[in-house]
Amino acid sequence: MEKVLMKGNEALCAAAIRGGCRYFFGYPITPQNEIPEYMSRELPKAGGVFLQAESEVAAINMVYGAAGAGGRVMTSSSSPGIALKQEGISYICGAELPCVIVNISRGGPGLGGIQPSQADYFQSTRGGGNGDYRLLVLAPANIQEAVDLMTEAFDIADYYRMPVMILGDGMIGQMMEPVVFKTPAARELPEKEWATTGTGGARTPNIINSLRLDPAELEKLNLHLQEKYERVRANEVRYEMHQTDEAELVFVAYGTSARIVKNAVAVMRRQGVKAGLIRPISLWPFPERAFDELPGSVRALMSVELSQGQMIDDVKISARGRWPVGFYGRSGGMIFTQQEIVEAGEKMLREVSHVSGV
Amino acid sequence: MSVVFEKTKGLTDKEFHYCPGCTHGIIHRLVGEVLEEMDLLDDAIGVAPVGCAVLAYDYFNCDMHEAAHGRAPAVATGVKRVLPEKTVFAYQGDGDLASIGTAEIVHAAHRGEMITVIFVNNAIYGMTGGQMAPTTMIGQKTTTSPFGRNAEQTGSPIRIAEMLATIDGAGFIERVSVHNPVHIRKTKKAIRTAFECQQNRKGFSMVEVLSTCPTNWGMSPIASLGWLAENMIPYYPLGNFRNPDKEA
Amino acid sequence: MAKARGNVFFDSDRCKGCELCTTVCPVDILAMNRQAINRKGYHPAHVTDPEKCIACGNCALVCPDLVISVERVA
Repeated sequence: MEKVLMKGNEALCAAAIRGGCRYFFGYPITPQNEIPEYMSRELPKAGGVFLQAESEVAAINMVYGAAGAGGRVMTSSSSPGIALKQEGISYICGAELPCVIVNISRGGPGLGGIQPSQADYFQSTRGGGNGDYRLLVLAPANIQEAVDLMTEAFDIADYYRMPVMILGDGMIGQMMEPVVFKTPAARELPEKEWATTGTGGARTPNIINSLRLDPAELEKLNLHLQEKYERVRANEVRYEMHQTDEAELVFVAYGTSARIVKNAVAVMRRQGVKAGLIRPISLWPFPERAFDELPGSVRALMSVELSQGQMIDDVKISARGRWPVGFYGRSGGMIFTQQEIVEAGEKMLREVSHVSGV
Repeated sequence: MSVVFEKTKGLTDKEFHYCPGCTHGIIHRLVGEVLEEMDLLDDAIGVAPVGCAVLAYDYFNCDMHEAAHGRAPAVATGVKRVLPEKTVFAYQGDGDLASIGTAEIVHAAHRGEMITVIFVNNAIYGMTGGQMAPTTMIGQKTTTSPFGRNAEQTGSPIRIAEMLATIDGAGFIERVSVHNPVHIRKTKKAIRTAFECQQNRKGFSMVEVLSTCPTNWGMSPIASLGWLAENMIPYYPLGNFRNPDKEA
Repeated sequence: MAKARGNVFFDSDRCKGCELCTTVCPVDILAMNRQAINRKGYHPAHVTDPEKCIACGNCALVCPDLVISVERVA
């Protein structure tokens, strides 16, 4: 398995094609442009189809059609573009269609900026579209992890018949790092008898649809979706516990932020301050159980995000009041340095010690 | 003893929910008959809009998608790109195609997407209770143009067939009507030619069908046919606007 | 040439009483049956004079609800 140096956006595409992606519908938006560009070059070679749509709204509806026809299909965009796709994503969830959606997020709100940001956490994990639905949201912190997650993403999407979102940011998309491409783990995948491939005169028509005018039927669909999401919660939670043994302060950070926090943890540990990190990889389902594995030594948590604080809500929910939860964040595309994190962490520990008189 | 007319296999047995005298029912039947006669039913995938025809996925006897409002051409594009050998069609109303979905229909035509679109123009939003549509006639009273549509405020009705006919990717564009037997037969012929255009890969095909909405026009079904002929046809001239065989 | 003769069948419970068929019969033998009410609560259309039917099929052509089927007997 030879190692190759690749830019995040392109590595994601190479892994997607290796993972079975054959259809891509997208639209230009910085900082994910290398994705449609790569797909326009490589998908045809793999016997697939690339199409640049007239808008992100059209693109996500093309994904709906292609997925409904049984294709392994992907789209990508960045923050405002993902905002435009929310209705389509809600339809895709309602019609139980598998697909992969990549968000290389950028600063917001509005046109915002093109630098990295994690301010789409709510949009991705709480759903920006209508109705009770969820996406499996996976947040890689480096290019190898992005490749590994993407390689599995299409199998996972097909297995549960739901969208899988790879949530990166401008840094993950634009950085170059060495990667190796692994073959996806074998997964027992059912045939897609529900797909609209033409009845062939051999079966009754298949219908891809999220409309249920009868409220009892719509509730039945919702209960069915919730049952599916329970299975996802049970099987697809991913996280990393980093130096949390004997920790007094535990940071919580994902993706690009987690890389910087790991450096801060190393600096603090060298200075004799026991810090650690919980790194969620699946943002939904959020790794609540990671917090139950924390040692008794923990006296405070701190959510570190490239935003004004969104994941902090899930940290507080998972903390269940056992620890005070602090926050440190930068936004607009500004990136905190490890020193900023070290200082924020130490400040919090001082405040917590002061309060508890230790 | 020979059969002159019987229910087409292109439609399921489910009764239509449409209002009495609504010509959606006729248009559905014509599409079903053409698909059956061209032996395409087993390979057809249709896309239903949001509007009165939202339940069309229960009526056409082939695989179907229900698309978000205005996005049927994009959904159909996705299906066709995965299944290029299959027959893919979208069935849309004027609120769906000529308002929220204008970008999708223009770009499907622009790409020369090998799909067939049946565009039902009844000059109003039916399902939601009779609001003004971009195709509503000047002076026509609707629930959102209660004093009669006024061009200064809302512009003039949009002529989709002529608009799409300027696009090179469009292989077959025709406007027809279903207000009497002669025109119903012409509509069926146009729908058939549209599907042949797709089959022969001559580009994007669309049939704009002038249709009635007795309930929201506030007329009897019979009077509606007359209103269509007197008011809509002069503004929306019937005819072929683009044909793959004869040069435009 | 012997005059064409036809039979017309009305699946009355599908009829919504829209009356369109009554406007296109060349021998004018279609009317709304005021003596009957179908499952939907409408007076369904029916044939007043079956022998006169010439099996032209116009009625079936304009029916929006697939109520009518037509066969030619002569």
